[in-house]
Amino acid sequence: MNMMHKKQRLAVIGNGMAGMRCVEELLKRDALRYRITVFGAEPHTNYDRIMLSSVLAGEKEIDQIVINPLSWYGENEIRLFAGDGVVAVDRTLKTVTAESGRVEPYDKLLIATGSRPIVPPIPGLDLPGVCAFRDIADIEQMIGASEQYKRAIVIGGGLLGLEAANGLLKRGMSVAVVHLMDTLMERQLDPVAGGLLQRELDGRGLNFFMNGQTEEIFGETRVQGVRLADGREIPGDLVVMAIGIRPNVELAKKCDLDINRGIIVDDTMRTSDRDIFAVGECVEHRGRTYGLVAPLYEMAKICAEHLAEDNAPGAGYTGSVLSTKLKVTGVDLFSAGNFIPGEDCSDLTFHDSARQVYKKLVLRDGRLEGVVLYGDVADSGWYFELLRKREDVTAYRDGLLFGQNIVAAMGNAPKTSVADLPGDYQICGCNGVCKSTITDTIAAKSLTTLDEVRAHTKASASCGSCTHLVEALLKVTLGTTFEEAAPAGMCKCTPLTHEDVRRRIKDEALKSIPAAMSALGWRTPDGCASCRPALNFYLLCAWPGEYHDDAQSRFINERAHANIQKDGTFSVIPRMWGGTTNARELRAIADVVDKYAIPAVKLTGGQRIDMLGVSKQQLPAVWRDLNAAGMVSGHAYGKALRTVKTCVGSEWCRFGVQDSTAMGIALEKMTWGSWHPHKVKLAVSGCPRNCAEATIKDFGVIAVESGWELLVGGNGGIKLRGTELLCKVATSAEVLEYCGAFLQLYREEARYLDRTAPWIERVGLDYVKTRIVEDETGRKALYARFLYAQKFAQIDPWEQNAVQDKPKAEFRLLAEAN
Amino acid sequence: MSEAAAAIWFDVGTIADIPKLGARVVASREGPIAVFRTASDRIFALRDKCPHRGGPLSQGIVHGEHVTCPLHGWNIALATGQATAPDIGCAAAITVRIEAGRIQLRFSPSAE
Ligand code: SRM
Ligand SMILES: Cc1cc2nc3c(=O)[nH]c(=O)nc-3n(C[C@H](O)[C@H](O)[C@H](O)COP(=O)(O)OP(=O)(O)OC[C@H]3O[C@@H](n4cnc5c(N)ncnc54)[C@H](O)[C@@H]3O)c2cc1C
Ligand code: SF4
Ligand code: FES
Repeated sequence: MNMMHKKQRLAVIGNGMAGMRCVEELLKRDALRYRITVFGAEPHTNYDRIMLSSVLAGEKEIDQIVINPLSWYGENEIRLFAGDGVVAVDRTLKTVTAESGRVEPYDKLLIATGSRPIVPPIPGLDLPGVCAFRDIADIEQMIGASEQYKRAIVIGGGLLGLEAANGLLKRGMSVAVVHLMDTLMERQLDPVAGGLLQRELDGRGLNFFMNGQTEEIFGETRVQGVRLADGREIPGDLVVMAIGIRPNVELAKKCDLDINRGIIVDDTMRTSDRDIFAVGECVEHRGRTYGLVAPLYEMAKICAEHLAEDNAPGAGYTGSVLSTKLKVTGVDLFSAGNFIPGEDCSDLTFHDSARQVYKKLVLRDGRLEGVVLYGDVADSGWYFELLRKREDVTAYRDGLLFGQNIVAAMGNAPKTSVADLPGDYQICGCNGVCKSTITDTIAAKSLTTLDEVRAHTKASASCGSCTHLVEALLKVTLGTTFEEAAPAGMCKCTPLTHEDVRRRIKDEALKSIPAAMSALGWRTPDGCASCRPALNFYLLCAWPGEYHDDAQSRFINERAHANIQKDGTFSVIPRMWGGTTNARELRAIADVVDKYAIPAVKLTGGQRIDMLGVSKQQLPAVWRDLNAAGMVSGHAYGKALRTVKTCVGSEWCRFGVQDSTAMGIALEKMTWGSWHPHKVKLAVSGCPRNCAEATIKDFGVIAVESGWELLVGGNGGIKLRGTELLCKVATSAEVLEYCGAFLQLYREEARYLDRTAPWIERVGLDYVKTRIVEDETGRKALYARFLYAQKFAQIDPWEQNAVQDKPKAEFRLLAEAN
Repeated sequence: MSEAAAAIWFDVGTIADIPKLGARVVASREGPIAVFRTASDRIFALRDKCPHRGGPLSQGIVHGEHVTCPLHGWNIALATGQATAPDIGCAAAITVRIEAGRIQLRFSPSAE
């Protein structure tokens, strides 16, 4: 029908997130009704403003944050005038006029002009080096400054200010944050959570000036610093204003639409003029303005319905409940709703100072009114659902604070618990197991334990991150017949925990696997495939130089010093110190590949070279040839020190402040060959741009002007975890000492198959700091023990097994029966 | 014709050639065979092919009279080749006898 009529003209002012979402929604509903023209003040296509923080932090590039490229406008026949802001709207003639003079008639107009940064009336704002944090131009200015200057000042300790500060810190600047209030993010966090956040960021190197009222920005030709009302002066070469935003209502005001703080709209997103709609941060709806995208996207959808159809049915927009997260890697924080308890409210709080976990829930009339989570945000989605849906939580109030699992365990499964998930809801992503498969199997096979469910369905048998859901399903399905798992014994062969076993090995001087099994009352004659490797490691760690390694208790990879492949062949990865190599090594590798007809060669994610598809019988000869060129085992197969990744550092890089390559090689020379509860990875970056990805390693090192930052507990695998700052040190010798001590603490105390990340999550960073940073004598003793153990560990297993006259039996066939 | 008459016993080596709680591989026309030795010196032989996805059982960890496949951890009974419940499958077992300290495997000229 529309095709018969002349198309109506829709003009859009603002090429931002809300405006273009609304256009997308409109195209979905009726792509033919309008001829669409978009004016955007910025000279860009539509991009994801939120991600500017990640661009600043160096985690993304500008071209990765584009939402709709130019081609999208073309395909949908949308005319885009980017870099040409609208300066006037004539409501009588129904035209808009742009800066360039272009006049465009409209039948319907959509205003989506967003908001503007708030600029306080202080002197010095026009100095070069002062900017806001709102658009691409701002962050280009910030990135430029970070390459030339050292000190930045961010004014405002809210969400935006902290993300700006974090980004600049990551770009190598020293950053001061001036905040008017005495706690950070006071609009999203209560004072306790704000305090925890401040402590964390302080530890990362931000300098806070709380209760700081900026009075003046000073400087001659460029900004040189700010002066606070109480007389404090902070030097700086870049000042970022991030004290808040205000709806951009200028145009609406000029053409006499009703405005208050924002452009006033009704539930259909219409302004006081029926042909003019508005969405986004520029609007005021039922007395509220918004500054996050979730509500703007809801508005965009409603607005599109009403643009597509003149008398669209439906309730319209009724307002949104907001939630906040801070996009600073490694800081887990969540806040939603109203968290300052009023008179008729009560609050529940939980604070574990050792783990830096804090939770606060505000309740009113038996319903959740506000949530603040710090340090553990696993249940944020669940709380937010309860809050949004205004669920009555009275029945499980006791367990509420402890999260969804506990509540489900109490048998009081609330509406959004696993019990209400649809049958086809995928519980285990790794193995693609959906809910009904699990519940049906539990019923059909009368399963009662997690292990049984794992065995029969494979759910939660891989990365384990869905374990809580599977347990909850068991509980829901079985009701009271569910048996709580007994406190974890090491495996089915013993009720003793890992800690018990380790302690008794030392106390009772147990020095072999059979001795340990008999003294500790093992239930099976020779253990199983899970306890034997653990015992072997515990004994090795307890008695360096004395314990005789038991090859038969090692997984094949560690026994054969190569990695078994799915077809039974092996892969061979030689060590490349700190990711460096040379022509001689490359030539030797090339020769080996040719000589043994190795089918595949690949660069690994760990900065070295993998030769894949080598048969077990070939291994000793391959090793002999690689050894001859000076190469040793890379232990790519072991619960051992794997790689030390490095970047080029100050030797070559224009930003490098220390020689990260040499530091990495020194670390690898010290740590190679060491056995651990799980694999261990290190990395050293030459500056905070962090090209070696040190922040997801077990032990990461980042060079700074004054020395080295030591980071621990990172993990890039199944569950991504950024490192936490252990401390800063000045010299390379200290880096080695702290690293050795840290690894020894981990070796001595973690459970077998715990990587450093879960271990640190269990014992707490503070504990590690007490042992490594605060206790100097203890640290030196740990380091000494590490070095002592290395005397026996740094023997190249390849050299030992390389073929001399006759390869070891392990690598030979027993017989050929042909 | 009796079964015994049809069988061929093949000598593959001594018990000492295989590590305790370990295995060695014998190449045969029908593919590799894993020969296992338990802690109590019992010897078993299985097709070196896990019933799950063909993993080399000879490379697994031996415990009691079971071996754990190195690829995905199925537990296989050495005596029968049966996978431990709930996994279902069977690796073909090969009859073994010890003659004066030497290990002999029985091959039938026709199919096993
Ligand atoms: C070869 C390599 C992939 C590649 O082609 O690049 C690789 C290959 C394997 N990785 Fe990896 N990982 C390789 C780098 C990584 C990295 C990247 C890195 O180290 O920077 C990661 C993420 C970083 C991390 O570990 O935190 C990584 C995270 C994993 C994980 C998950 C670990 C976790 O804590 O969640 C596993 C599973 C495990 O270890 O249990 C794994 C396990 C494996 C195994 C050993 C699986 C296995 O047991 O057979 C793969 C052997 C494949 C094979 O057929 O030989 N691989 N793996 C990389 C070898 C690097 C090296 O030079 O030694
Ligand atoms: C650094 C940063 C991080 C953020 N992080 C988050 C986050 O984690 N989560 C979250 O929910 N929100 C976040 N936000 C907020 C979010 O980006 C905004 O809520 C959202 O972009 C607002 O959309 P909008 O369309 O209303 O405004 P905008 O996206 O700002 O779009 C408005 C556009 O209109 C243009 N314009 C203005 N006047 C005119 C004119 N006269 N003529 C033509 N064009 C004009 C502007 O140039 C702009 O491009 C963040 C914002 C920033 C700046
Ligand atoms: S990610 Fe690692 S474990 Fe997974 S398939 Fe690739 S190499 Fe194998
Ligand atoms: S192949 Fe043996 S367990 Fe998968």
